Amino acid sequence: MFQTSGSRSSYAAGARAILPLSPAVLLFGASFGVLAQSAGFDPVASIAMSATTFAGSAQFAAVSVLGAGGTALAAIAAAVLLNARYGPMGLAAAKAFRGGRPRRALESQLLVDESWALAQQDGRFDIRRMLGAGLVLYASWVGGTALGVAVGSSVGDPATLGLDAAFPALFLALLVPLVHSRRALAAALAGGGIALLLTPITPAGVPVIAATCGVLFGLLPERRREHEARETRARPARQGRPCPGEATS
Amino acid sequence: MSTAWIAVLCVGVATVAIKAAGPVLAGERELPLRTGRMVALVGPALLAALVATQALTTDEELVLDERGAGLVAAAGAIALRAPLIVVVLVAAAAAALLRVIT
Repeated sequence: MFQTSGSRSSYAAGARAILPLSPAVLLFGASFGVLAQSAGFDPVASIAMSATTFAGSAQFAAVSVLGAGGTALAAIAAAVLLNARYGPMGLAAAKAFRGGRPRRALESQLLVDESWALAQQDGRFDIRRMLGAGLVLYASWVGGTALGVAVGSSVGDPATLGLDAAFPALFLALLVPLVHSRRALAAALAGGGIALLLTPITPAGVPVIAATCGVLFGLLPERRREHEARETRARPARQGRPCPGEATS
Repeated sequence: MSTAWIAVLCVGVATVAIKAAGPVLAGERELPLRTGRMVALVGPALLAALVATQALTTDEELVLDERGAGLVAAAGAIALRAPLIVVVLVAAAAAALLRVIT
């Protein structure tokens, strides 16, 4: 599992991989800036929120609640609920973080859906890819917010360009290689199913957290045939790179 | 302090804490085998939930719209082993095109 070379290229690979999506992130950041202004945020508050919270859905939820005349408490509750998914995400990535607590705490701030998803590599979490992608996303998001605050409502609607369809496509493309066992497939189907079932009946944010229950399939004993198949598949890779999921499943 | 600033500060502090919790508190510990096997499935479970909610829901409703069509197009591109950027562009183009037509 030691990585002897290419640490720099790993950061760069993360940054490169997310680059095609950064215009979309910039535009969504800009539309957040516009929405926040119209909800009564001063320019500094809008940008400060993007710089500290750095999580699109929660920020949109908070300013929407306030813009519709909701209380601060309702806005905070909605946003925190939406961001609760970063708990299990951070836990799943925890082992990959290096260094002391301050460094871990700082680096964990670059954890967002997209950087977390891009760091899933061959069954392990590549922290450098996460950080490379996270930095690009952070610059695009905060820069986009500033742009929206400055330019105002002349910023176009990202949906016209189909950019809202880009994110689920990204997540699907990153999900497919992770589904390499029956248990992973069961966890994915359960996660997606739970999220859809709960959407109409629970507050926003709950469906995605509840989807974490899909991991309970990890408690199932591995089928013998599947185990053998994986062993056979894994053998040629033994001498070279670490094989997918070997350490954990 | 304005309502906006109260929200900015509280949401900011809470989010920073949530993101840091796992890496700071659980990073150095070796997880028991069973827990490790479950943690390995957080990826598939949550990514599938993100796909489902971002493509098929708006606010608290299930919606089938251009994003769903974009997702189908993306699935086709993935099946053809297209690179990530192509998958994403195909989805965006399909959704944008449908919005122009309809």
